[in-house]
Amino acid sequence: MMNSYGFRRFKNRFFFVLCMVCVIVAVVPLLSILFEVIARGASQINWKFLTENSLLGGIGPAIQGTLIIIGLTSVVGIPIGVLSGVYLAEFGQNKYASVLRTISDVLTEFPSIVVGITAFSVIIVGVTKTYSPLAGAFALSFILIPIVARTTEESLKLVPNSSREAALALGAHKWRSTISVVLPSARSGLVTGTLLAVSRIAGETAPLLFTILGNNYFFQGFNQPMDALPLRIFSNSRQPSPELQAQAWGAALILILIVLALNVGVRLASRGKLRG
Amino acid sequence: MRSIGLNAWFGQKQALKDINISIQANAVTAIIGPSGCGKSTFIRTLNRMHELTPGAKLSGQILLDGKNIYDSDTDPVMIRRRVGMVFQKPNPFPTMSIYDNVAAGLKLTGTKRGKNMDEVVRRSLERATLWEEVKDDLKKPGTSISGGQQQRLCIARAIALQPEVILMDEPCSALDPIATAKIEELVVQLKEEYTVVIVTHNMQQAARVSDFTAFMYLGQLIEFGDTTSVFENPRSELTEKYITGKFG
Repeated sequence: MMNSYGFRRFKNRFFFVLCMVCVIVAVVPLLSILFEVIARGASQINWKFLTENSLLGGIGPAIQGTLIIIGLTSVVGIPIGVLSGVYLAEFGQNKYASVLRTISDVLTEFPSIVVGITAFSVIIVGVTKTYSPLAGAFALSFILIPIVARTTEESLKLVPNSSREAALALGAHKWRSTISVVLPSARSGLVTGTLLAVSRIAGETAPLLFTILGNNYFFQGFNQPMDALPLRIFSNSRQPSPELQAQAWGAALILILIVLALNVGVRLASRGKLRG
Repeated sequence: MRSIGLNAWFGQKQALKDINISIQANAVTAIIGPSGCGKSTFIRTLNRMHELTPGAKLSGQILLDGKNIYDSDTDPVMIRRRVGMVFQKPNPFPTMSIYDNVAAGLKLTGTKRGKNMDEVVRRSLERATLWEEVKDDLKKPGTSISGGQQQRLCIARAIALQPEVILMDEPCSALDPIATAKIEELVVQLKEEYTVVIVTHNMQQAARVSDFTAFMYLGQLIEFGDTTSVFENPRSELTEKYITGKFG
């Protein structure tokens, strides 16, 4: 009896240690990336760096471009994604919805470079004839919408059916019940899912390569190439000049900070309203 | 309310077989029977919630004030505003305060906010005997009160719409005996203004609160009559067996 108890304790402890080791192994790369970026990029950060165009050694256009492209994509993509998710969760017990779900899942796994080439041939060659931020937003929305749709659907499914029944039993129309009861209950899941999707597209490079190309100057119109942080990082890091490479690190740091600020900001703003 | 030749199915499985029953106005009718006999299914046909289940089918008529609620030109949403429902597990809306929960019925059906709303909320909470306990905490979340209070909140929410009929699907089965007693008292009071149909697993509860009792078994209505007769002088042997606890 005593032996088997001692052995069980050993197994317990062993397992615990194994899990801890795995956690460390998983976290170390993340921390090392953070450290590296901060160490190499922090020295670059100053007002000039943040606001000048790249011919003057700054990444102003890249920051502006990233914000514009995230904004454009989100304004169109988030409503479409959320409404798709609502459809899938609330009205989607049929074959049509299953197909939609599968397509959506496949799209989230799509190599982003394929999305980029497709956007290039469909929008740029087919429609605008020039590099354009709109094409960039179009490409990124292919990545954003499926993620938002699926996370919205999963969040809505977590809302217990008792809430829906209660609303319907009061004589509410289904759409009213969905908007006023189900969606608010799923709010925190929706916010998380949307933030995840936006953070993801903030860092996508390949689609932007083919659609907005990059630019040394600030935003010049919807039919002109535009800069963005991932593009700036990419192009600078390939130059032999150590200054340009240092700027790439600075840009990388700014990108991480933007994503972090977005996450923290939205969470702070929704604090207290995310109950339920 | 009356049901005439009511049959109901879930897919291929028939859950209700030819139910003919008359629910008297301003009285409490209890539906008793063992698990799976179709009590909940029956009650959900009365407010057209049955059809919300995928694969659910129904035939026959249910008359409310003489008009069939399943007429093709009748909007189920309108029926549900006249026939309210309280569920087994209290389900106040988690993202809403106590006040908003009670007002939910009105807000979800399009009534705008106004001074009138305060009155309606207060009156409903008073009728549900919850006002005194929550009057200073109306802004607190609906889920912050105890189970028994939550159930009374759900009753207040249903009452706020001034329905004609209130359906209760085993409203006390998730509650402790003291909360149960409070709700049973409430049910007896409610019949002054509303017609109440209550499904219950608890025969003593049926005997305590109801004026009429219906006994169901395997989807059929076995016996129906005033509560005293059904319990003291059941006509059917099956009823007697159930009541004396020989099965179920």
